[in-house]
Amino acid sequence: MAEIEKLAVSLVINGKKIQRFVEPRTLLIHFLREDIGLTGAHIGCETGHCGACTVEIDGQSVKCCTMFAIQANGSSVNTVEGLANADGTLHALQEGFRQMHGLQCGYCTPGMLMRAKVLLSETPDPTEEEIRYGISGNLCRCTGYQNIVKSIQHAAATLNGRTLQDAAE
Amino acid sequence: MIPGPFAYYRPSSVAEAVGLLVRLGDEARPLAGGHSLIPMMKLRMATPEHLVDLAGVAGLKEIRDNGATITIGATVTQAELINSELLLRRLPILRETALQVADPQIRSKGTLGGNVANGDPGNDMPALMHCLNATYLLEGPAGSRLVPARDYYQGAYFTALGQGELLTGVSIPVPPLGHGYAYEKLKRKIGDYATAAAAVVLTLVDGRVATASIALTNVAATPLFAEAAGAIVLGSTLDAATVKRAAAAAKAITDPATDGRGTAEYRREMTGVMVSRALMKAAARARIGG
Repeated sequence: MAEIEKLAVSLVINGKKIQRFVEPRTLLIHFLREDIGLTGAHIGCETGHCGACTVEIDGQSVKCCTMFAIQANGSSVNTVEGLANADGTLHALQEGFRQMHGLQCGYCTPGMLMRAKVLLSETPDPTEEEIRYGISGNLCRCTGYQNIVKSIQHAAATLNGRTLQDAAE
Repeated sequence: MIPGPFAYYRPSSVAEAVGLLVRLGDEARPLAGGHSLIPMMKLRMATPEHLVDLAGVAGLKEIRDNGATITIGATVTQAELINSELLLRRLPILRETALQVADPQIRSKGTLGGNVANGDPGNDMPALMHCLNATYLLEGPAGSRLVPARDYYQGAYFTALGQGELLTGVSIPVPPLGHGYAYEKLKRKIGDYATAAAAVVLTLVDGRVATASIALTNVAATPLFAEAAGAIVLGSTLDAATVKRAAAAAKAITDPATDGRGTAEYRREMTGVMVSRALMKAAARARIGG
């Protein structure tokens, strides 16, 4: 077939307006990592199962390996690079993962953090079951999930003005 | 895994979308949530030359209460089904089923229209549409037509959808207030297709089944409407012997494949278990008024 024309894509990434030209077949994960240089969202399985590529788009969690960049035209995308507070201190979730040892190799962590961010915005004080169900689209091959759940509980407690009376496993 | 090249179109109306699909012909595919199509494109099992993105098409995002029926636009996502107060009140089995589709991220993008339109026997919504006796709204070059869900599926990935036609929504007759319902799905893990699943909607009058509808997911090349199984429970109190007979009737119409989810024998057996559980749960809900 004939050469495919590149299309203009205009979106907001971590609060910053971005405009680029993309091939229609460019996946959002490749656009973020290769065109914009934001390598926080990871490529894990490439099949929509593992969740390592999870970003926030217009307030929803999306696996951006299964979406074309052009589909994000006009959207607001948040990646893990935009998660920390404006003053450079860690977001409550990042602090939770740090305190509760919510990562080992760290490969799944950006996806876990960005999924947990939306989970806590929808369910500010989740039960353990709600956390486990909420992160069911994110795979971790190291931790056994226990400390990830505790990390999210730690963040929820902080955001609700409490202190979590628990320790990492 | 990078999809093959394609040209991208973003129509703003159904007429424009249908016009594009007709003009571009066989090599054009509509794109909704993309969570069935894009994985296939990454594997190069699908190589469409043209994608018609429905995201900008007006009117496909609506969940409308018409009284006796509820119509749901094709690009309403699974997450939007889950969050709909109207559906929770009048068609709660949609929420129960949507919560068992894939995982939270995929439900942000995956649409009802995509789930029912493409004829993937693993999808959950087609059997639910059989159970509810829904009608699909198709728009094509010759105008619009209505196809009952029970007539739409012809084989795995083969449907009544014609060249240039677009599924724009579904129309669902609303069961009476206080009906019982259940979608019981056996799966290996969250995100998996069903090993076997059953949808049940029923009503009770004085403790006896007045109406019952049963449908099955992923135990044949198409979703199955288990008509005989539903007829068996009519008039009964859903005693153990009757439930067992209904489950046997449902199992009898299945033709599951042996795959990673189990042998055909196991999946057939599990169909019976899912039907029994769904009947009991639906009846319990009907007894407490839905």
